[in-house]
Formats: sequence, C-alpha cells, structure tokens
Amino acid sequence: MSEIDTRKRVDLDDEARIDLLRTMQRIRAFESRVQTLFADGELPGFVHLYIGEEAIAAGVCGALEESDYITSTHRGHGHCIAKGHEFDRMMAELYGKETGYCGGKGGSMHIASPKLGNLGANGIVGAGVPIGVGAALSSQLRGSGQVAASFFGDGATAQGAFHEAMNLSALWDLPFVGVVENNQYGEMSALEEQQAVTDLSERATSYGVPGIDVDGMDVEDVYAATTAAIEAARAGDGPSLLVCDTYRFEGHHEGDTEFYRDDDEINEWRRRDPLKTYPERLIEEGVLTNAEWNDIVDEIDAELEAAIEFARESDYPEPESAYENLYAEEV
Amino acid sequence: MAEAATGTESITVREAIRETLSEELGRDERVFVQGIDVASRGGTFGLLEGLGEEYPERVRNTPISEVAIVGSGLGAAMTGMRPVVEVMYSGFLGVPMDQILNQVAKLRYMTDGNVDIPLTIRTQNTSGFNAAAQHSQALHQLLMAIPGIKVVCVSTPADAKGLLRAAIRHDDPVIVFEHAGVYNREGEVPVGEYEHRIGEAGIEREGEDVTVVATQVQLWNALEAAERLAEEDVSVEVVSPRTLDPLDVETIAGSVRKTGRCVVVDETPLCGGSQSELATVITEEAFFDLDFPVQRLGVDDVPTPFSPPLEEEIYPDTDDIVTTVRQLA
Repeated sequence: MSEIDTRKRVDLDDEARIDLLRTMQRIRAFESRVQTLFADGELPGFVHLYIGEEAIAAGVCGALEESDYITSTHRGHGHCIAKGHEFDRMMAELYGKETGYCGGKGGSMHIASPKLGNLGANGIVGAGVPIGVGAALSSQLRGSGQVAASFFGDGATAQGAFHEAMNLSALWDLPFVGVVENNQYGEMSALEEQQAVTDLSERATSYGVPGIDVDGMDVEDVYAATTAAIEAARAGDGPSLLVCDTYRFEGHHEGDTEFYRDDDEINEWRRRDPLKTYPERLIEEGVLTNAEWNDIVDEIDAELEAAIEFARESDYPEPESAYENLYAEEV
Repeated sequence: MAEAATGTESITVREAIRETLSEELGRDERVFVQGIDVASRGGTFGLLEGLGEEYPERVRNTPISEVAIVGSGLGAAMTGMRPVVEVMYSGFLGVPMDQILNQVAKLRYMTDGNVDIPLTIRTQNTSGFNAAAQHSQALHQLLMAIPGIKVVCVSTPADAKGLLRAAIRHDDPVIVFEHAGVYNREGEVPVGEYEHRIGEAGIEREGEDVTVVATQVQLWNALEAAERLAEEDVSVEVVSPRTLDPLDVETIAGSVRKTGRCVVVDETPLCGGSQSELATVITEEAFFDLDFPVQRLGVDDVPTPFSPPLEEEIYPDTDDIVTTVRQLA
C-alpha cells in the first residue's frame, strides 16, 4: 500500500480559493432554484438535490484536470457543474428540452458529457464505479496520464459493483480515485442500519489501498486529499478511497417527508454548511470582501435566471427523435 | 458478406475465434481482451491458448468479477478502447446484468449519441455437456429484449471469424453468443480479413419446400435433417439468422415467401424464446405466402437437467426437425 500524506499543505492562492467558493455557490444556487422550480411543477420526473455536499464536488473536480474523467450519481448536478457543465444546457435537460446535454433523453439523473470527461450521472447505485475503473484502465493502456474519479454515496459501498471495481483497480494499480460521499443516509435509512462497518475508510484495507478520511464540509480538505490521491494515481501507485463525511440538507428526493431524522440533527450539520463557513473564512482572512462575495452571488444568480429562460424557451425534442441515437451504426 | 481475399481454408470454430482475436489484437492497439483465465489457459475451453503470451498487456486475466469485467470494459470503450470482454457461460450473465441492461445498452441513447460504445461481450451457450442447469442454456433471447445492444449467434467457423471481427470493428456494443457445442465443428472459411456484416442473415443451404431457421447446434442438426429429407425428395432451405437483434427480416421472410412453410428451431425455452420473435416477424411479413402456421422447436420450459437421458430429452435434435418438416411437406 502506498502511503499518502493527506495533510500535506496544498498551496492555494487567493484566486484558486475564490474559484472553489464560486463553484460551490454555483451548485448551491442551481440546486436551490431547481428545488423551487420542481415545487412549482415546472420540472417533470423527480430530482435529488446536492445541497450541503457542495464542498466535495468542488474540491475533487477542482483538483482534477479538464481531461480527467468522472462518473457521477443520481445526485449528480453538483458533479456536473464542478466538471464544467453549463447552467443553460443542464437546466434545459431538466426541463426535457432538445437543447439539454442529452437532448432530453437523460433528465436529472443522467446528465453526461463525455467531451467534458463526465461519463455519466447514473440512476443505479454503485454502477458508475466499474465504469470509472474502466476509464482508468483505458488511461493506463493508452499511457495518457489521465485519472478517473468516481463519486458515489455511502449506500453504494454495500453494492457488489463497488467491491468488484475497487479490487480490480487495486489489483492493476489503476489511476483511479473512489470518492465516497458519506451523507449519513442511503435513501431513507441511516448508515448504521445498512453497513456492518460504519467507518467506511476501513473498507480500503480490504483492497490494500489508502483509505483517507476527509472533512466533506471543508472544500480545502477535499482539495488537498484529492490532490494527494491524484498525484499517487498519476505516479503509478494505484487507486485511493476518499471517504468524505458530509450531510444531505434536503431529503433523498424532493417530496421526501424525512420521517427518519429530526431538526436537531439537521441544524447541527447546518452549522457546518460550507456555503456559510467558507465565505466567512475567506472574508476573515482578507481573501475576499463582503462586497466581492455579494457580486459573485449576484453574478451567478443572473446567469442562472438566464439559463432558466433558455430552458423555458427551448423547444421540446421532436417526438421522432425518440428513435434516434440508439446506435452509431444502423444496420 | 464482404470478402477481402480469395480462397478458403477449412478450420474449426475454435481456431477461427483464436485467429480472429489474434489478428484484431495485432491490427489495432485499442483492442484488448479480458476475462477469467483468458491469458493463462485461454479461457475455460482453452480457446485463446497462447494469446496471453502474444499480447501480455492486452490479454488480461481478471478476478471472478463479472460486474467489473463488463463494467470496466464499458468504461474503457467510452474512452478510446475497443475491449473484448468474456463472460464464461451465458448462465453467468445474471451477475453483470445491470451493467449490460442499464449501462452498456443505454449510455449511448441516454447521452443522445454523445458517446460510442465499441464493446464486444463474448459468452457461450452450452448444451450436451451434462453441465447441469446453471452452466447449460441458451440465453440470447434475454438480450434480444434489450434495445441498445446487438446480439449475434455463432454457428459455423465462418460465423466465428466473420461475426467476431465485425463485432470488434463495430462502433456499437455487440454481444457474441458462441456455443460450446460447435467449438470443434469444422468448415470452410474465406481467408483474409473476412466479415459477416452485423444484421445480415445467411442461407446455409438452398431449398424449395420448407424453410428451417436455426442457430448454433440446431443449425448443424438442421443441415443434417435437410440431408436426410433430400433422400425423401423434400427440399429444405436452411437459414441462419446470424444476427438475432436486429433481425434480417428481408432474408428470413424472403426464404419463407418462397417455400411457404417454416420451422424455427433454437435452444431457447419456447415461452418468450427467440422462436417467438422469429415466428411473429415471419408471420407478419410472409402471412399470405404461408401454407401452415410457423412451427417452433425449442426447450419446453424447464431448466437443463444433469443426467444425460434427461438432458437429451429436453433439447430438439435432428429427428425432431425431420419429423416436424415432414408434417409440413
């Protein structure tokens, strides 16, 4: 097992720190508007919000290169935004419009843009992990130096796909980073009701890879741990498992009555809200002024409102397009 | 079918598979092969023997992890490689079924065509080996029911070479069903870079009176039945669908329009079997030329039992085909 010094200081200049904050705010703003649009009945289907977990997507994708790969989950809007997807085409996809990233064929749970290195948000828990490992295998075989990171929840660590994929990635020293977003609940049941071993980083021991505990509410901690894992992966030292402790501020999906948890617990975690603590920290440390922060928020809101307009005004796909793009080669 | 070189050679299905994989590995660095024991003993039937020494980095032994075998193949296919992954028996397809059903088959469509998935999944149906229920069955009918993955069945050495090559070079996912019962069958195969186009059926024997549509072991039984029936002056046309999804409706129905009588024989169970889809399509396309309803032969909806006389009981054989054709002729 390679040793990874996760607490190695990572030099983040002011601009980089502001970028991390901006990415988190982009996710928070997008998800908050999706929440109201869904409540207003504007969005078909159902949505799973990433509110509360922004530091993980921002920190991981901030450390990845544009050419690196990710796989995402049903709670994937945050990963897509952090990997460089634009608001307008994402929003259009949520509306089921032809201008969406998937032409309206994917929807909230399946936004993907292979061109941006996103091999897909995925509606099947744990299914993206072997796909991410395959992208890492491809990178190794091609000698391309790319890394693949798979996001998945604590629930996915009970899936066979996770275990098979981690074992294979370790066996072949693949340039892979497994990112567990431990938001304490799998669907509507708590971690300890689902996992025999609740210290999820211990799972890494089974595969002989570093298991790194990360404060998933601290974007710089996520960034530092990911940077170390990526360096090891690119150096040929194989995969790592990052276990990011975090919390889902909203329900499993919109409309979840949240019968399984109480307000005290939610409020306790809200004190660690990265969109509260990180701007405060940057302002306190003189990286950013209050006014500059407000400008960032306003700027993102304006872009978001324009994206909503774009989605509303876009056309639905032609019904016949349901028969298009199943195959590359029609026979 | 496209023939790039002239002349033929007589080889077995087994040799054709090994030769084709070796040629494709040599031709294209994006091709790699992974599966259980494929590099060391050439897979469970020793088909790929020696291939691991020829291409040590690109012929890879995997753990017994079918989800990871298929899933990592998919991830590699989405990112510039052309993987050939092996699932040892078709009965093991249940293990990686989510990857096949929800990932391999759907990711191109769900991204509206933003990614190609040039993935080949090799597996094999089995019968006649007394391997019992979990290791013996035909399962291509399950895959035919999933839009987004193309399904081919290898019956002859020419199929083995032509269909496998076509699958590897194809930009969509293709599952290649081989059959342990035909691995040692020998036949003429065009030399050179020879392909059976995906989606094209083949007329394996021409005839006038009755069409028999058959795959794999049953194709050989059908050819034998045709030989016997010729002695009784019954002329049988034998059609091999080769690609089960999408079906070459034109070739298959075209034969039935000519003969007016049809027997479909396959090793899938009759309820929801491939025979049902074939019979339906043939009936829709050739209804007014049919003198009789399309007849189906298959496994009568039981798992494959172990004991030799029990296994023999449930599978169609040459006698069954002869008897059924006689009833129509």
